[in-house]
Amino acid sequence: MKKKVLTVDDSRTIRNMLLVTLNNAGFETIQAEDGVEGLEVLENANPDVIVTDINMPRLDGFGFIEGVRRNEKYRAIPILVLTTESDAEKKNRARQAGATGWIVKPFDPTKLIDAIERVTA
Amino acid sequence: MDMNEIKEIFFQECEEQLAELESGLLKLNDGDRDPETVNAVFRAVHSIKGGAGAFGLDDLVSFAHVFETTLDCVRSNKLEPTQDVLKVMLKSADVLADLTNAARDGGSVDESRSRTLIRELEALAHGEAPAAAEAPAPKPVAAAPAPVVEKPPVNDEGFQPIPFSFGDFDDEPAGHYVPTVQIDFKPKKDLYAKGNEAVLLLRDVSRLGEMSVYCDMDALPPLDKMNPEEAYFSWKLSVTTEKGEDGVRSVFEFAEWDCDLDIRTIEEDVVGETADEEEPPMQPVPFDLSMLDEGASCAAGEEQAAENPAAAAVAAAETASKVAQVASRAAENAKAAAASAAQASQAAAAGQTIRVDLDRVDRLINLVGELVINQAMLSQSVVENDNNGTSSINMGLEELQQLTREIQDSVMAIRAQPVKPVFQRMARTVREIADITGKSVRLITEGENTEVDKTVIDKLAEPLTHMIRNAVDHGLEMPEKREALGKNPEGTVRLTAKHRSGRIIIELADDGAGINREKVRQKAIDNDLIAADANLSDEEIDNLIFHAGFSTADKVSDLSGRGVGMDVVKRSIQALGGRISISSKPGQGSVFTMSLPLTLAVLDGMVVTVAGQTLVVPLTAIVETLQPEASAIHSFGASQRLISIRNSFCPLVDVGRILNFRGTQANPVDGVALLVESEGGGQRALMVDAIQGQRQVVIKSLEANYTHVPGIAAATILGDGRVALILDVDAVVAASRGQSLRQDISLAATG
Repeated sequence: MKKKVLTVDDSRTIRNMLLVTLNNAGFETIQAEDGVEGLEVLENANPDVIVTDINMPRLDGFGFIEGVRRNEKYRAIPILVLTTESDAEKKNRARQAGATGWIVKPFDPTKLIDAIERVTA
Repeated sequence: MDMNEIKEIFFQECEEQLAELESGLLKLNDGDRDPETVNAVFRAVHSIKGGAGAFGLDDLVSFAHVFETTLDCVRSNKLEPTQDVLKVMLKSADVLADLTNAARDGGSVDESRSRTLIRELEALAHGEAPAAAEAPAPKPVAAAPAPVVEKPPVNDEGFQPIPFSFGDFDDEPAGHYVPTVQIDFKPKKDLYAKGNEAVLLLRDVSRLGEMSVYCDMDALPPLDKMNPEEAYFSWKLSVTTEKGEDGVRSVFEFAEWDCDLDIRTIEEDVVGETADEEEPPMQPVPFDLSMLDEGASCAAGEEQAAENPAAAAVAAAETASKVAQVASRAAENAKAAAASAAQASQAAAAGQTIRVDLDRVDRLINLVGELVINQAMLSQSVVENDNNGTSSINMGLEELQQLTREIQDSVMAIRAQPVKPVFQRMARTVREIADITGKSVRLITEGENTEVDKTVIDKLAEPLTHMIRNAVDHGLEMPEKREALGKNPEGTVRLTAKHRSGRIIIELADDGAGINREKVRQKAIDNDLIAADANLSDEEIDNLIFHAGFSTADKVSDLSGRGVGMDVVKRSIQALGGRISISSKPGQGSVFTMSLPLTLAVLDGMVVTVAGQTLVVPLTAIVETLQPEASAIHSFGASQRLISIRNSFCPLVDVGRILNFRGTQANPVDGVALLVESEGGGQRALMVDAIQGQRQVVIKSLEANYTHVPGIAAATILGDGRVALILDVDAVVAASRGQSLRQDISLAATG
């Protein structure tokens, strides 16, 4: 069975790159443009893993992760943070919000798939 | 979708982000301190950097990175966004736009400019905000000019770079050391709460090399005391791997905060190339119990650790995490549901858009144009063939007409875009010219969201840029002079857009010196534009600047000496079916007013007959129509005639004569006069033979299908299938005026 990935990113460019990379790697991909939409989409998506950006309008990555972790049904889903932020402080915040792991942009496809494999069975 | 398409999308997105960036910075410049504004600005640069990194656009990445770092200081309140700071940032936004364009279209950017800005941005981030120094900014001195040397997180592995090389596997000579790493791993419950899985970590460790594992289950309480969310198991692992301690550490990269983790290399085995396969990899692992914080005894499990295959440990871990998962699904959920409901309603408020290829929209517009024509033809033939008057067909046709009109309006609305992007580009123009001229200028824009057809917007940028250049370069005085005159040393240029009676009006006002009429007049005389003794009104003098080859600048400056004069501006505005006029007050500034059609596809026109030809006169030009009486017509000179309307005189223009439809003057009393307003405000009475009616016509370009015809703006197809020419009122009026002023337009025969 295909693994399902939910990606949340406000950049059309990154969304498309994720889509291409993940589809090529044999994942089913669902996408959202920001945290608010991400939480909405999540309800019916039932993904195996979530990949999210941090800097987004309306609801940023931190808020989104907290939202997912508060959700009874989905709080155990692995969440990878996809971000250009490389300083420890931001990572720490993402981690405290409940992120499972992170991928630093610009991601290369291998690294992304690798990270997803790492957190999914 | 391939990478090239994504790249295309990236550049589209860049444009949006750059617009966002600029408008945000301008808001900040106006004193907006809303954190969301700063965030939006930061996000814009951040997104550009992220995408640029993915495409290996290093110049763009490194500049965006420095910019972002400085913006981050503003975001975290370490740097106050003063006017000076914003000045640097606005310039940086310009450079970022240049770099983006260079990345897309090739070409180069002014490197010294970007280097200077990088230094200035860094000075802001470092100098004024020392706390931000640890941000991953490139080192200011050496790194700044050379993007290659900078270390933006392009290749950043994470917060913990792992230096290892796959080359080692193949190239290492026989007999190298393979370290054995020992790991004590005790997950906390947070580890599971964050979606990490002990079992997956063990799996990954096992992939590094030969692994032995021992699971310590001593902490597991009896079932009735067990908290399903707690973590009870801990593991002792030992793995022999080429990747060493760092390789192991990278496995636990995501988990290291949420577990007690001790990783150490216990010994280095000498492993020969062949020994790899033959030697039993596992050796009894001497655990150092004193190093365990928990103090749990592992002695009993030690032998087990050596024997147990990794699978057993994995199974145990699986059990543990499954328990946690089941439990997590069973617990309370009211709060979460409420939160997600709130967020859902918030999301519904956001607008929905789709992106459509412009070609598709244009095809649709064309088709609707044909539909309008077809509908008109149908109506006409029904009217002609309908003998019994009020048939239901007529009612249906009326509805069809209404629907067609609505469809047309809706389709046009798709092409309508706010003028905002053009206005934003002007902000940059103003900054650049202000810099070059040493003047201090403030650009105020109003009505940015006024919508107009995309073609109009696209073609508006150039004339507008030129006019802004003129306004700053020629209009505004130097700051010292302004101060001496008691004006604010900072000049103001105001750019306004608004809708008025089916057209868009764009006004460009400056508070500079105004038109120097003496100078303009002298120049016009010198250039033989007017006779030395010509008696011109102020308005007429002002309008002289629209004449070809006219420039009042004493010396040709860098800015306005580009061979483009106001005559070119006027022509481009006219090409859009627009008009431009100027009003000026000495010492107070000038106002240029442009009036443009909202769309270039349809036009409301009056269908008239002139010498047997059917013409369409744009309705927007017509002030009123009247039936001239013989007593109101006055002749003067050889062929000039005036018509008196309510105690004022207005020149009479014989359209048929101007367009060479006929050789002799028509008798005004036999026809109809259309009072039109031409640019410059003057009124003229256009004489036509008869008015057929008023209708909406679809504009078909003559230039695209034939060639430009003086005096004619375009053509259209009428309901009966005939082609009618659309009159270029301003050109016709100019031609008639040319007889009295200067013969500079000779009209070719048309029809």
